[in-house]
Amino acid sequence: MTEFAWKKIGLGTDIPLRGARRLCFGHEGHPIAIFRTGANTYFALIDECPHRAGPLSEGIIAGETVTCPLHNWVIELDSGKAAAPDEGHTRALPVRFEDGEIYVGLPVRETV
Amino acid sequence: MNMIADSREHLIVIGNGMAGMRTVEELLKLGGAARYRITVFGAEPHVNYNRIMLSSVLAGDKTVDDIVINSREWYMENGITLMTGDAVKSIDCEARIVTTANGHVAQYDRLLIATGSRPLAPPIPGLNLPGVCAFRDIADVDKMLEAARTRKRAVVIGGGLLGLEAAWGLKQRCMSVALVHLMPTLMERQLDAPAGQLLQRDLDRRGIAFFTEGQTEEITGVDRAEGVQLADGRFIPADLVVLAIGIRPNVDVAKSAGLEVNRGIVVADDMRTSDPYIFAVGECVEHRGQVFGLVAPIWDQAKVCAARLAGDADALFESRALSTSLKITGVDLFSAGALTAADESDDEITLRDDNRGMYKKVVLRDGKLVGAVLYGDVGDGQWYLQLMREKTDVSALRDRLVFGRAIAEAGSAATGPDIASIPDDTQICGCNGVSKGSIVCAIKEKNLGTLSEIRAHTKASASCGQCTGLVEALLAHATGVVSEKKVPAICECTTAGHDEIRQTIIARHLKSMEAVRHAFEWKKPEGCHKCRPALNYYLLCAWPGEYVDDSRSRFVNERLHANIQKDGTYSVVPRMWGGVTTPAELHAIASVAEKFSIPTVKVTGGQRIDLLGVKKEDLPAVWSDLGKAGLVSGHAYAKGLRTVKTCVGSEWCRFGTQDSTGLGIKLEKMCWGSWTPHKVKFAVSGCPRNCAEATIKDMGIVCVEAGYDILVGGNGGIDVRVTDPLTRVATEEEVMEYAGAFMQIYREEAHYLERTAPWIARVGIDYVKKRLVDDDEGRRALCARFLYSQRFAQADPWAERARGADAHEFARMPEVV
Repeated sequence: MTEFAWKKIGLGTDIPLRGARRLCFGHEGHPIAIFRTGANTYFALIDECPHRAGPLSEGIIAGETVTCPLHNWVIELDSGKAAAPDEGHTRALPVRFEDGEIYVGLPVRETV
Repeated sequence: MNMIADSREHLIVIGNGMAGMRTVEELLKLGGAARYRITVFGAEPHVNYNRIMLSSVLAGDKTVDDIVINSREWYMENGITLMTGDAVKSIDCEARIVTTANGHVAQYDRLLIATGSRPLAPPIPGLNLPGVCAFRDIADVDKMLEAARTRKRAVVIGGGLLGLEAAWGLKQRCMSVALVHLMPTLMERQLDAPAGQLLQRDLDRRGIAFFTEGQTEEITGVDRAEGVQLADGRFIPADLVVLAIGIRPNVDVAKSAGLEVNRGIVVADDMRTSDPYIFAVGECVEHRGQVFGLVAPIWDQAKVCAARLAGDADALFESRALSTSLKITGVDLFSAGALTAADESDDEITLRDDNRGMYKKVVLRDGKLVGAVLYGDVGDGQWYLQLMREKTDVSALRDRLVFGRAIAEAGSAATGPDIASIPDDTQICGCNGVSKGSIVCAIKEKNLGTLSEIRAHTKASASCGQCTGLVEALLAHATGVVSEKKVPAICECTTAGHDEIRQTIIARHLKSMEAVRHAFEWKKPEGCHKCRPALNYYLLCAWPGEYVDDSRSRFVNERLHANIQKDGTYSVVPRMWGGVTTPAELHAIASVAEKFSIPTVKVTGGQRIDLLGVKKEDLPAVWSDLGKAGLVSGHAYAKGLRTVKTCVGSEWCRFGTQDSTGLGIKLEKMCWGSWTPHKVKFAVSGCPRNCAEATIKDMGIVCVEAGYDILVGGNGGIDVRVTDPLTRVATEEEVMEYAGAFMQIYREEAHYLERTAPWIARVGIDYVKKRLVDDDEGRRALCARFLYSQRFAQADPWAERARGADAHEFARMPEVV
């Protein structure tokens, strides 16, 4: 089980459509990015491509995927998994969208 | 794995090359893993690779990774122990033990020798000088590539298959290449004299100098090779000498073990050597007096040997008629069997067209085809080979045979050589012995849809690649896709190609990415990272002033107007018009570097200054400070005009003929800010000494007393390409018009991400000349369209962002902590 601490990070419209932004804080030393798709859905990922830790927040977003700017790995925004034939994943964090504002869930306690 | 002792027999393979590993692959197919545990010893430090394709690596068509046949994972997955970089030095047949150079000792139950061959070396002085190498393995190719990078002149000794491919590869790497051949014509074992002469003529036109009837006496040089001295007195200077006069079977280890050896290791039809526990395959063997250098019979040997190892008591190797081809782009030749009539009873029929560079000859004996030599048009090669192998009676076709299958079979039941009429047992891939039937069967049963899948499943066209076209045609035929010449799709979201999309954007007035994707029924509604930037560019180019750039479809560098570095920081390169700067600009750059603690300040190859290691959030402030001193974006990140490199020209230089610096600045002022399919670099040299290196730029101007030479399509990157001369003009105004027109035709007609060099290589310089030089009105119209589009493009992106545009791109969230 994982418990989350929810942090407010700003308005949804602060992120462009099919865009992403990195947060001021990270999770256990890893940067976090929030993504906004063309269909106005929000996702949060550890902002490191599973391949060479490239900044996914700088990639091109199409549908619910983002392409890493370094070597074109395609990562699924909902799961953080690399699309086949590449293998690997980056951690996905939960996002809540309420009254136009985005909240990201940071794991505070994880037990198996 | 549990720890029960392995009770399987031990098969040791000496040699990690193509023949040995093919045998292992065939053995695994037959379930050999249940019977054998397999250990492979290879002398080279690499995994198993396709040696036939070394010439493609040399020519730059492929990388070493591309030609790997089996990766280390493959060995692991199949439970094979691989020992690379450790050659077997001795075999003890009595004790059934091998010992390696590193002192490794291993016992075998069955041994397979696949030691291949060694390059032949002529008995001449100078062979051991640095700068002399063979053309046999990856280490040789590395030496040749190193020489191509640092030195200029290469001499290849040997005008056979290997030597010609080596010469062509080095030529592709921009060396000046001479080829020495002992005989009067090239490839005399595979080609008769007329075909050999046509080949020499074609390669001579491509810039290889030939020294036929040349006997090498010595490779001269003190510390390294300096030249090749021929017996008749001719001397050819050289920085690199490649020996490619032939190969001889590598029999050392077999010979010292006491196995029967003549020219090669003697094997019987079952591929056993004189010791029944020891097999041999490949270029190291001799079978019924014959040794082998081509891949097809070696694959047959591998099959037979694997079957025998698996317990099949009937498999026999039989030598078949062989064909030869050459892997030089644009040179098509085919040869099989007899080259000429042996005596008067043989029939020799020749068809020759020197203008088209086409030559065909067939040799008949007793009503059967026994030889064929084709040059220029080799489409019927496999058909001739099949007639030879099946010893078909061709008397009835005699008069039409040389014209090829279509004409020879016209009037008979067959309708011609279209794909449907090829019989199922016709061999399509000569290297791997794959028939039409087995390809079609694999396509249907395994539902294969691409060439690479067919290669993976059947190996057809996976060795030398010459039958690729036929395999593609079969794929098209079997899957019902129209077998027109396939235009590559822009990406996997659609089947439409670049040109079709661009034409449709104009013809149907498509003005948004959604409209284009809708018109072509894109598979993904938002496209992908490949098509989005391309469509965004095509629309921007088609509708200047109307279409609004979509920054979300730009790669990060173009969106942020800076170059992302591997640590996530950015580099900033201000424009220095024509490479000229001022003390005030230098002060500004110095202050910015200090103020923002920018770690590296470097002079670039394009005559500007690069500030490296700028934090993303500092970018707008850095640009603001630079802007105050008049510095603007240098677009070092853009698919657009990068730099215009100049020399000082007539203003200062005693050789300068024109004001090259001034002209460079004018060109840069005209062209900056424009988006193009890929980056564009210009240079202007003030005299033919060409200090600005104009001959490797997308557009180069070389000033001469009489005016300006305009050169286009050069590239100094991985594939160095020297510019093609476009024209010579008398005035600066004409240069400007040509430059505008050239930018626009490249913008309108090249594919996205295609530099000018490959674009011109694709359409031909004659086409560009026709549009820009022969058509005055067309050139002026192109230039006018360019200048119109520039009205909307020439806004400094740095100044806009320093004033606050796109602030969200540079700040993190939440914005106020």
